[in-house]
Amino acid sequence: MTHSTRTAPPPDPLTGPHTAGRRPGHRPVDRRSRPRSWRDHPLRRVTPWLFLLVPLALLVTFTYVPVGNMIYYSFTDWDGVSPDRSFVGGDNYEELFTRPDLFRVFAVSLYYLAASVVQIAAALYFATVLSFDLRLRNLFKGILFFPYLINGVAIGFVFLYFFQDGGTLDSVLSLLGIDSDHAWLGDPRSANTALAGVSVWRFTGLNFVLFLGAIQSIPGELYEAAQIDGATRRQQFRHLIAPGIRPVLSLSVILAISGSLSVFEIPFIMTGGATGTQTFVIQTVKLAFQFNKTGLASACAVVLLLIILAVTWIQRRLVPDEKVDLV
Amino acid sequence: MGRKILGTALLTATALLAVAGCGGGGTGSSDETAAPPLNANSVSGTIKVLTNRTDLVQDGTMKKYAAAFGKEYPRVKVEFEGITDYEGEVKIRMNTDKYGDVLLIPAAVAKGDYPKFFAPLGSTGTMEQKYRFTDKTDVDGRTYGIANFGTANGVVYNKALWKRAGITEWPTSPQEFLADLKTVKDRTGATYYTNFKDGWPLVSPFTNSIGSVSCDAKASDNLAVTDKPWDTGTDLNVIDTLLYDIVHDRLAEKDPSTTNWENSKTLLAKGRISSMVLGSWAITQMQDAAQKAGAGADSIGFMPFPVQKSGTYCSTLLSDYQQAVNIHSAHKAAARAWIDWFTEKSGFSEAQGAVSALRSAPLPATLEEFVDNDVTLVERSEADTAEVNAIDNASEIGLNKQDYRQKLIDIARGAQSGTLEGYFADLNKRWADAKQTAGS
Repeated sequence: MTHSTRTAPPPDPLTGPHTAGRRPGHRPVDRRSRPRSWRDHPLRRVTPWLFLLVPLALLVTFTYVPVGNMIYYSFTDWDGVSPDRSFVGGDNYEELFTRPDLFRVFAVSLYYLAASVVQIAAALYFATVLSFDLRLRNLFKGILFFPYLINGVAIGFVFLYFFQDGGTLDSVLSLLGIDSDHAWLGDPRSANTALAGVSVWRFTGLNFVLFLGAIQSIPGELYEAAQIDGATRRQQFRHLIAPGIRPVLSLSVILAISGSLSVFEIPFIMTGGATGTQTFVIQTVKLAFQFNKTGLASACAVVLLLIILAVTWIQRRLVPDEKVDLV
Repeated sequence: MGRKILGTALLTATALLAVAGCGGGGTGSSDETAAPPLNANSVSGTIKVLTNRTDLVQDGTMKKYAAAFGKEYPRVKVEFEGITDYEGEVKIRMNTDKYGDVLLIPAAVAKGDYPKFFAPLGSTGTMEQKYRFTDKTDVDGRTYGIANFGTANGVVYNKALWKRAGITEWPTSPQEFLADLKTVKDRTGATYYTNFKDGWPLVSPFTNSIGSVSCDAKASDNLAVTDKPWDTGTDLNVIDTLLYDIVHDRLAEKDPSTTNWENSKTLLAKGRISSMVLGSWAITQMQDAAQKAGAGADSIGFMPFPVQKSGTYCSTLLSDYQQAVNIHSAHKAAARAWIDWFTEKSGFSEAQGAVSALRSAPLPATLEEFVDNDVTLVERSEADTAEVNAIDNASEIGLNKQDYRQKLIDIARGAQSGTLEGYFADLNKRWADAKQTAGS
């Protein structure tokens, strides 16, 4: 499902200087006997920070400041343009939680959630099949991963033509002798299914690559041993592959759920949220940029962030990340 | 401890920058009027003009205007910046000081904020004698913008096609229009086109027609005081009912969800589309498309909204974007000189087939038929637009957004549940509620 790029947390910078002094092969020396060097200089502790300056500056400027601003806006009545804004306390949150219609759009996410089940199953299937020795294996890997490399906006336009009246889908169906006169994006059910289908097409490749990587990291001897013991392919999957990729699988599920809750690009480009395809993020964007309710929209964004954090937390509690030990 | 330092550092930096960021968006302090220069040689400087017409910037038309302007004002240099997503981008840029010297006022800016962003151009009392549409930018007796052009609202149709179907007279009522659409569809296969996917053709041409039905210049202002804008017989009721009926009677395109505006021009020219509700600005574009399709420019016709008020047609006349001078501009006189020259001498509005902002200028050739048929042009008052927009935004209906008419079409074609009456009742209720809370 939708997968947003997050900046990785910065590596703990202080493990650097501590271990540096006790590197293996570096004989411990008596401090007094050694001449004073740069290693003892107090500024030395600053060195890792100097290295981190640029990435941290970027991280703060482009991630934390905007988020900080957003949280601040969510407590104001700002319209997005005016130089004046006044602090309104929790009014935006109060409005948000007293208007159930604002949360009704989460029903649309169910389509994407269902689609992500299909997506993970398909990715798992292809990853398993292609992890065995097959002819044209790399070609198929490329074909499966390719959609993920295409820009989401371009995908939106491609599929707009695909679903058009008399477009690609209709022509292909008529070649097969099915003369459908269905407007694919015409009613909420079929439109949401179509959009979720596009989403599956786009993100299967990503899941596939993650699964394939995990499967290939399982040591080859295990397969050999299994084969010698006469295990079938199905048994190999059940007892080797499935437990081996469990952490990646649980990561994929988290990404799928948070992605389903925050779908944006594809429906926004293809239908603009018309015909019952509006998602929570599209609704937020419309509140902010059409109705000039930047404050309320920021509150929506904060709430979505909290919902996703909560869902992730619950999921981690239900399915804890166990250490996998195959050997 | 290290983690704590990192965390504190990040938090402090974030807080500082957030506060600094919030301080942005300076308010112009200058109250100086951007008056037209007395002498062409007295103004100098380089001015930047923001425009939504990227097509004219790219094909060099704007450069030609700048060159002609340069002959009169040799010491002023004009630069253009064409912006595709004009509304979205300029709105955000207006949080800084740098939004060009001359710009088109984005619709999102609240009228009451004009004095904070733009230099006044003169007192409304004197401006309105020379220019049309000044009430749209009038704040406390001063005018902040001059329209780049105005458009009449009506229906663009393929005249040759309608003639082939045997219709030569303009319909005088919505029922007649529906009957005509049906005749045209039965005889030629061409349908009405909603442009549902692109959305904006459902917005301005329809909402701008408020006033065409009642022939009332105050029709839009009245929205600020009514509790039921969609009540039987009101402008919005008639306009939206017509759209509903067109779609409901299957007289529109088969699949609205995948329409394409650029393509619709060719389809109209080729006679696959019979008509679209649009502003008169669209006529020249349709004529171009007709010429490219080999049909000849005169195959495109423009009729008023199909309603008559005591035997005459009415058509609202509205301004397009308003040109304004940035309050932070260092070359206000030069900027004003450009606006005046562009409005009076460039020939831009004639080239666009649009109505000039100058009261003294004649109507364009595209509206010849309106003049010949005595269509009353209603120059709609925009005096209370600020209040109307405030209610509109509070209600989240969006008279100037596509969503509510897209839903109307969805209901009409059965894609979403509901009835026309129920939908209008809901809209009325939301409007009335918002009017209470918007409280201005």
